[in-house]
Amino acid sequence: MSTLSPAAKKRHYMLKQARQHWQLYLFLLPTIVYFLVFRFYPMYGLQLAFKNYRAVDGIAGSKWVGLDNYRYFFAAADFKTLMFNTLSVSLGTLIFSFPLPILLALLLNQLPSIRYKKLVQTTVYAPHFISTVVLVGMIFLFTSPSSGLINKIIEAFGGKAIHFTALPRWFVPLYVISEVWQSTGWGSILYLAALAGVSPELHEAAVVDGANKFQRVWHVDIPGILPTIVIMLILNAGKIMNVGFEKAYLMQTSLNIDASEIIATYVYKRGVLKAQISLSTAVGLFESVINMILVLTVNWISRKVTESSLF
Amino acid sequence: MKNNVIHRTNADRAFDTLDYILLTIAFLLVAYPLYFVVIASVSDPIAVYEGRVILYPIKPTLEGYRRILSYTSLFTGYKNTLVYTLVGTAINVTLTITAGYALSRKELVGRNVMMMGVMITMIVSGGMIPNYLLVRSLRLYNTMWALILPGAVSTWNLIVTRTFFQQTIPDELREAADLDGCSDTAFFLRVVLPLSASIIAVMVLFYAVSHWNSYFNALIYLSSTSKYPLQLVLRNILIVNTLDDMVNDVATQAAQQRMGDLIKYGMIIISSLPLLVLYPFLQKYFVQGVMIGAIKG
Repeated sequence: MSTLSPAAKKRHYMLKQARQHWQLYLFLLPTIVYFLVFRFYPMYGLQLAFKNYRAVDGIAGSKWVGLDNYRYFFAAADFKTLMFNTLSVSLGTLIFSFPLPILLALLLNQLPSIRYKKLVQTTVYAPHFISTVVLVGMIFLFTSPSSGLINKIIEAFGGKAIHFTALPRWFVPLYVISEVWQSTGWGSILYLAALAGVSPELHEAAVVDGANKFQRVWHVDIPGILPTIVIMLILNAGKIMNVGFEKAYLMQTSLNIDASEIIATYVYKRGVLKAQISLSTAVGLFESVINMILVLTVNWISRKVTESSLF
Repeated sequence: MKNNVIHRTNADRAFDTLDYILLTIAFLLVAYPLYFVVIASVSDPIAVYEGRVILYPIKPTLEGYRRILSYTSLFTGYKNTLVYTLVGTAINVTLTITAGYALSRKELVGRNVMMMGVMITMIVSGGMIPNYLLVRSLRLYNTMWALILPGAVSTWNLIVTRTFFQQTIPDELREAADLDGCSDTAFFLRVVLPLSASIIAVMVLFYAVSHWNSYFNALIYLSSTSKYPLQLVLRNILIVNTLDDMVNDVATQAAQQRMGDLIKYGMIIISSLPLLVLYPFLQKYFVQGVMIGAIKG
């Protein structure tokens, strides 16, 4: 027994550990089952993207069709529109809803009055707790051409009421503005936490050097939270194609469909409503693969440029 | 030197002024729409329609709320959502806390492999349709479990919980308990749980809010209206605009639409009330949850 190799010794030790702490595995058991059934098994279903699914054959028994589903999708008339719409919504959201929480956090962090800071924080976080259904309900009420607050304001300034939710060109602005309204406050929490970690000594040194507040924000605060900004940018890049189904679907009207049909709503309609299982699985997979490529690319660029990265 | 000091305070004062102005604008942009919903829900619908309701309610009326209270689907939805939220959150929190604790322990053999598996699910997923097929084949379709089981553990919350335990339960404490012959379960129940009130609070809040506000799973997995959660009932009123029963007695179509708006403002208040009233008191827990996540992320 004394001639056990180091690897065998290690294995022996690990087995002993596992046996001694078997109860921990009991703690994990339901979660492991959950992950296997609801997270990993659906990945097995992704093969349907390359098959022609028939309920009677099941997932494994359906016939392989190669890239037929993709050929159909890329050739379809709505392919270009879907891509364009999805990218417009997501890039529009990224451009506005990414930098604004940073700005808000910088402003809150420098605010001299603690009480006013608390009041503003409590208020701007609140929309985070409003459901998507209520948010979209508010959009419809506020932009109603006959009674909406926004149109009343336009009319008060001598303009003509606009039927925002019926016009395709207003879909992206409404989506982005409501997104900014709902998420900017909540998004600032992370940056506020990062700002709290910026050493006060750096600020004191900057004051001694004669730097004013503008200069301190620019040369101390922003570099201090740059790693957080980079990580958040990578995480957001992963969502570029992954526009939330929930809000886009609710904001869709038969009149703005030209701008509001995005990949996620298309997948839902084709797959769940029309039971075109293989096609919609293929489109969903297409979306996830692009997301993955985007995350890895942004991650790679940021590692080269700023030396901070997620992976 | 003196000039320099004066110059600096001027720039700082300019900064502070700008800071106050910008944050006040942000405050008003967020607060006013919320406030407007409140005053519009208790104002004369004609005044709202004519754009006269701006700062305070005009000809206050509870007509909207009276009509909402006679709408039984809303209460079915409320009741369903309460049940889904309670059962769902109980399962979510139990799994997340026990698994998060086990994954935080160095003695757990295979921990790295399991964490890898968890991380993978953050990047790769089966997507909407394979999940839909799974729910159907497990015969969960049109049951409460279709809203609860597919999201039983959130990857992000699991990682946050594990990070919390790694930071708050020192290894020495565990080793001392080991020497005393204390089992893992006894240690978890007697030592770990009493120290984890804050993470449990954070998880209860995160999960409960997401149950309360979700409509997507219900939309694709439920077919009988009697099982609809609050958000689906709301969707039918706020967005699909099915108000018939509540405004049928109103004479003209224009008047029906105005009454419909009044009802919608009231619905928004009634459905968001529990969260908006509780939120200021619970704010610190929410913020704490985001912070624990931030340390790791």
